[in-house]
Amino acid sequence: MNVEQLDIRGHMAQFAPFDDLPDALLDRIAGEVEIRYFQAGSELLVKDEPVEALWYIRSGAVEMYQRSGRLFNRLSEGDIFGYSDLLRSNRRVRYPVSAIEDTLIYFIPGDVFEAICEEDDDFAEFVETGGQRLKVTVEQQRDDSGLMTTRVRKLISRQPQMVEASMSLQQAARQMRDANVTCVLVVDVTETHSAYTFTGPDGRHWQLNGILTDRDFCTRVLAEGKSAQTPVGEVMSRRVIVIQSDESVYEAMLCMLRNQVHHLPVLHRRQPVGVLHLSDIVRHETHSSLFLVNNIFVQNTPEQLARLAPEVGTGFVRMVADGANSEMVCRALATIGRAFTQRLIELAEAELGPAPVPYCFMVLGSMAREEPTINADQDNALVLHDDYDPEQHGEYFEALARFVCDGLDACGYPYCKGDVMATNPRWRKPLQVWKRYFTEWMDEPNGERLLHSSIFFDLAPVHGETPMVEALQDLIAELAPQRPVFLAALARNAKNRTPPLGFFRQFVMEQDGEHRKSINLKRRGTAPLTDLVRVHALACGSKAQNSFARLDDIAQTKLLADGVTERLRYAFEFMSMVRIRHQADAIERGVEPDNSVDPENIGSRERHHLKDAFEAISNAQKFLSFRYTMPSRSGSSRTSGGSEEQRSRR
Amino acid sequence: MTFRAGASRPSQPTWPDYMASRAKQTREPRLADFFTRGTLDPDTPIGQAPLVAMDFETTGLDSSRHDIVSVGVMPFTLSRIRPADGRYWVLSPRRKLSDESVAFHHITHAEVAGAPDFAAIIDELLALLAGRLVVVHYRQLERTFLDAAVRERLGEGLLMPMIDTMSLEARIHRQSWWARLRRWAGRPMASIRLHESRQRYHLPAYTGHHALVDSLATAELLQAQVLYHYDWETPVGALWR
Repeated sequence: MNVEQLDIRGHMAQFAPFDDLPDALLDRIAGEVEIRYFQAGSELLVKDEPVEALWYIRSGAVEMYQRSGRLFNRLSEGDIFGYSDLLRSNRRVRYPVSAIEDTLIYFIPGDVFEAICEEDDDFAEFVETGGQRLKVTVEQQRDDSGLMTTRVRKLISRQPQMVEASMSLQQAARQMRDANVTCVLVVDVTETHSAYTFTGPDGRHWQLNGILTDRDFCTRVLAEGKSAQTPVGEVMSRRVIVIQSDESVYEAMLCMLRNQVHHLPVLHRRQPVGVLHLSDIVRHETHSSLFLVNNIFVQNTPEQLARLAPEVGTGFVRMVADGANSEMVCRALATIGRAFTQRLIELAEAELGPAPVPYCFMVLGSMAREEPTINADQDNALVLHDDYDPEQHGEYFEALARFVCDGLDACGYPYCKGDVMATNPRWRKPLQVWKRYFTEWMDEPNGERLLHSSIFFDLAPVHGETPMVEALQDLIAELAPQRPVFLAALARNAKNRTPPLGFFRQFVMEQDGEHRKSINLKRRGTAPLTDLVRVHALACGSKAQNSFARLDDIAQTKLLADGVTERLRYAFEFMSMVRIRHQADAIERGVEPDNSVDPENIGSRERHHLKDAFEAISNAQKFLSFRYTMPSRSGSSRTSGGSEEQRSRR
Repeated sequence: MTFRAGASRPSQPTWPDYMASRAKQTREPRLADFFTRGTLDPDTPIGQAPLVAMDFETTGLDSSRHDIVSVGVMPFTLSRIRPADGRYWVLSPRRKLSDESVAFHHITHAEVAGAPDFAAIIDELLALLAGRLVVVHYRQLERTFLDAAVRERLGEGLLMPMIDTMSLEARIHRQSWWARLRRWAGRPMASIRLHESRQRYHLPAYTGHHALVDSLATAELLQAQVLYHYDWETPVGALWR
């Protein structure tokens, strides 16, 4: 048999879940494949018919329908289907499938499918756990990050400096100076070949006997009055703590802490390959964002601040490369954004003098949720003390707002297109007015007011009297659960943007009137998700702003079925991560980062998970309309009467 | 659109008649066996026919001067192709491989060095073909080369009905002078033709010039052609030549 020439194996090896199978298993599958051609329009799987094989799309495209006849999924080259039916005890078709293009199918016989599931846990997991699929991946992504999985050898940049024990301290010190290192390893030739020896380039057996650090020159040489000609062997530390090169950075850090050492010789088997210094780990671990924040607070003009702007992008790319998850990346970006804002306000106050009445500068939208991306624009507003008098104080706060918003624009946070900024007099109001705004929005939701809710109902104080903004958060958390009409309207609004279930087929995107070759991951993914999370969070009176924190609050209630908040959390994490990586990639290529991802650039495994994420959102959107029904006119008055009762009982 | 053109032509002997007469006349036991198994009843619906796609790579186009260097055979039906049942042989040509021909069929001198002569695979090949209807793309080549190769080794030729996916394609597109031209354009373009025919049915592109790959490609092409232009009930007699 010569199946290898037929490229069946090669084709499958590109697509999940086959891409991760061991070669032997993949060979076996390829050897058992059966092929058949189907014309566009033909039915491939007929409901309740028995399923005998796993279907693999070699070329073409198919559609899968739900019982209701609604489109459930679109699949194309490299996708598989029929597995959920194969896993069911009666092995009959649940969702019918038909070809929408001429399609060439590879069949993987049922018994082979079973055998792969038996032998390969990842494969089994992939096919068995529809919804769990996402979870696994996000957790894998998390594990991949930083300390836990980065191997020590990755941090080693050069060979260790080695000296013999008989060498004088001065010679050793010169060697350290010339090589610009802070320690040398002390090695000696040994006749016996043992578990502690390694073979040098000269072919002789060497043994690592000690270590001499610059600290030792202070404590063991100068302090002890040793001469420069003393042999190294007399003063070196004989207690050498080492680490293997394939250990994790995390393990290395623990090892240093446990043993109170700052230098850790790294061995490959018994051969020294480098020395790890504590600062190497710090450098590896410390996200530049922390340095950047520090830097922001020592700048004295908006122009100086603006000069730091490019560093945000650099730090962002580094964090993504280091494997940070979306929460870490977004929180860092939020911290940086808030630092810029705060410093600009401080500079404004320095220029304009202290504020005539107390105020609080708040951020809205993604910055308030601590979920900004690298290309986020600014959304902010000013909450003023109720003693505010426009005649007397108006000019001051207008100037302050102008100073800050202009500064933010210069620092890479473009002006808000919707004019939701402190420079807009409408969004520069005393607390009482803000309370009235929010109450009106919730009491009488209409189109424009609902539009505001997606920005204004995510709010956080940045600078000034934070209790003023907290008072607004309290008000919202109190009123929203008692405003079914508002929630229903918000729920309906949250369904305006739908996830692209047929994302990966070009014609589907055309049908949707979308960009021909790309998908906006914000508009069709993360934004609809934050919208629907907000509805539930408001309904359960949560004061959290961050979507993950909101999901935590929602999980405490019975609002959503078991496991749904988890699925949404993973969907959010996954989509955010794809978007973040896409943007980091753009920055690295020197292109303006955006939210539009070209499906061509998405790997097959990511595609599967994105599909799952879109599905999770789609299901959650369906549930929204079910959960938050618009009360009928008579019902509405009854419901609001009910809330009155509730309120009086409090 | 359904084509049933050129079913059995009464003036000519039918393929079953031919096979039966050869079975009686032949003195070669291996061929006798093959011809006795006969061929399908011309009325057999193509959807029920056991089929076998076959493709040769040769050192040139003239069966009297050139040799077969590789053979790919792929048993199938319209409902399933099982690549695992396929067979592929590299053969040692009787005449020396020229460099041009190497460029053409991609079989190298090193590969044919230890390869067997066609004689060594006759039994296995006949066993795979017997009882199945052979499907090729451009029958002139496979038919004449098979006939010549068998004649050289066993003293008698070997002819059998074949479905030619290329001539089906030509029939379907016979209004096009370009299709006609390509039909007679000769073997060097054969794999391109196969590829182009497949494109019309949105079949994936395979890297050509491998006999086993091309036999699979031909099998898939026939599945597609029948679905597009005929149906599973079409009698094989309307398709073979």
